Amino acid sequence: MDIDIAQEKSLRKIVIEPVTRIEGHAKVTILLDEDGSVKQARMHVVEFRGFERFILNRPFWETPVLVQRLCGICPVSHHLAAAKAMDRIVGGEDLTPTAEKIRRLMHYGQVLQSHALHFFHLCSPDLLFGFDADPMVRNVIGVIAGHPHLALQGVMLRKYGQEIIKATAGKKIHGTGAIPGGVNQNLSIKKRDFLLKDLDQMYEWSRDALKIARDYTIERLAELEPFGSFPSNHLSLVGEDGRMDLYDGKFRAVDDEGNRILDQAGGMEYLDHIAEEVRSWSYMKFPFIRSQGPETGWYRVGPLARINTCDFIDTPGAEAARKEFMAVTDGKPNNMTMAYHWARMIELLHSTEKIAELLHDPDLQGEDLVVSGSRREEAVGVLEAPRGTLIHHYKVNRDDQVVMANLIVATTQNNEPMNRAVQRIAEDHLSGKEITEGLLNRIEVVIRAYDPCLSCATHAMGQMPLVVGLVDHEGNLLDEKAKA
Amino acid sequence: MSEDTKTVLIIGYGNPGRLDDGLGPALADALAESGIPGLTIESNYQLTVEDAAAVAEHDVVVFADASVSGAEPFVFSPLEPESTMSFSSHSVSPGAVLSLARDLFDASTRGYVLGIRGYCFDEFGERLSSRARANLDEALRFLESLLLDKGLHSSTAECIGCDEWKSVSCVERRVHHGSGTQNPGG
Repeated sequence: MDIDIAQEKSLRKIVIEPVTRIEGHAKVTILLDEDGSVKQARMHVVEFRGFERFILNRPFWETPVLVQRLCGICPVSHHLAAAKAMDRIVGGEDLTPTAEKIRRLMHYGQVLQSHALHFFHLCSPDLLFGFDADPMVRNVIGVIAGHPHLALQGVMLRKYGQEIIKATAGKKIHGTGAIPGGVNQNLSIKKRDFLLKDLDQMYEWSRDALKIARDYTIERLAELEPFGSFPSNHLSLVGEDGRMDLYDGKFRAVDDEGNRILDQAGGMEYLDHIAEEVRSWSYMKFPFIRSQGPETGWYRVGPLARINTCDFIDTPGAEAARKEFMAVTDGKPNNMTMAYHWARMIELLHSTEKIAELLHDPDLQGEDLVVSGSRREEAVGVLEAPRGTLIHHYKVNRDDQVVMANLIVATTQNNEPMNRAVQRIAEDHLSGKEITEGLLNRIEVVIRAYDPCLSCATHAMGQMPLVVGLVDHEGNLLDEKAKA
Repeated sequence: MSEDTKTVLIIGYGNPGRLDDGLGPALADALAESGIPGLTIESNYQLTVEDAAAVAEHDVVVFADASVSGAEPFVFSPLEPESTMSFSSHSVSPGAVLSLARDLFDASTRGYVLGIRGYCFDEFGERLSSRARANLDEALRFLESLLLDKGLHSSTAECIGCDEWKSVSCVERRVHHGSGTQNPGG
């Protein structure tokens, strides 16, 4: 699958670095053969390594807090995945109803705010103004100018999600809500009523956002269908009855036609089913389903995969939307990359509906918060983070120290699909030796559809520029472009 | 709080698990312990769009962050909304937050940036380097003095900070460097 060094010498390279509006730094290299045709696309990620070492030798009960340091974008996902693993370590995986529902509320709050940010402030400029719009307009300033209500809704939905997180996890930056075997607080009536106050508005905005994404996709189906698209496998957790379950469940994977590759595989068995390929040119690994092998076993995760794998969604608005979504492809998996946006908004509505369901559940005010059982030394915690399946694997010694940690994040699992998406765009839109604005825009758009969180690089004041370079087969830089 | 007293929001941001990148949250924690009245203190890994809503509810906001290459020990500077901002990631800049507060909430919040110089960012670890710690202490003293003197709370103050700072126009000399050193520009 990889192209070796000898082969590379006969290829020309187009380098795009880094990609804007996604996390961390990424460089896109498009390899051309001697005829000038696209041979392969590579997205290089400068991944900050060593996080696992940061956890080693620390007491296991600190892990749910420590892992939040990994990512400022979705700390709650890491918090909950680690807590789920530590539940098993303390023999407390059968949580009390109060503990599980508090965690679920926290998680749906995270998904709500994450999806809202992505849709309203990161991808909406692409959708509202088109891929070829002036970059000076195709940004959130343009959204504020032309569609101020949407920009405001994005902020307020995001704020609402953060309020849920604050109410359930404690502080934003040192969330401590989930602890091994349960949670450390329930939801008071006062906090519940505070959250209920704005719920109807959030539901209405979620429904409206879903309509925007749905209409956009349906109206441009012919244009979007081939855009960065390709057949692929899809993987997510599903409930025992096949429902979409973002907090818990077991692995299910289907191929591009919907045939099941894997079903009801438990999180503890993940190594039996998922392997990671290392390629010489990338820090980021390439996960694949073992039974399929690295050539064909790679898969997509995230909203699109979750809609494609589940049998149903257990909230009415989202289920109706799922049926409409699946009808577009006659019930088979939807392999359109740009359908991620529609799928993401179905999950936005689903999250709002689940939040409503939970806020009306008196179990949230229960007093039975923590359970424990037989101590274990190894555990895996899995959940569906906003960007896809998240796997935390730990081993703990008898002195309660973490001695092994392995984390597989969603963006890593979407590594091969993102490379494929860029390759498809390059094949369809690259001509000659020049990186046009149109090509650049489309590469950004297609990567952004996955909402990647490429690394958790230390942030710094200042903007991340976009640098585009064109390198020939002898390593000469033919062209270079940069923009803020 | 009297009617002419401004409400002040301090947002300390950064990742405490990335060594000196935790300077912003460390400042927020220290200020929270100081018990200075009339303050709203927030800390987070990074700034995001919803911070605009909180900013809009205050008269003054100070964004406190680690500075990778700024002057030592810290830089304190007035902030303008960034009307030409572009999002480079899921996080946003202080100027962009101020701009969102203005454009979405019709707020006229005054903004300042406190950039505390850090040195170690390239590995995981929940500790500040000794030099960053010293810079934090100086920045904290400066900000506490400013707050206690109502330099930020006052509705009439045009300029803020130490005596030297007050003696010049914010427009002419916009950046305050710690230890009384001032630097035009910014």
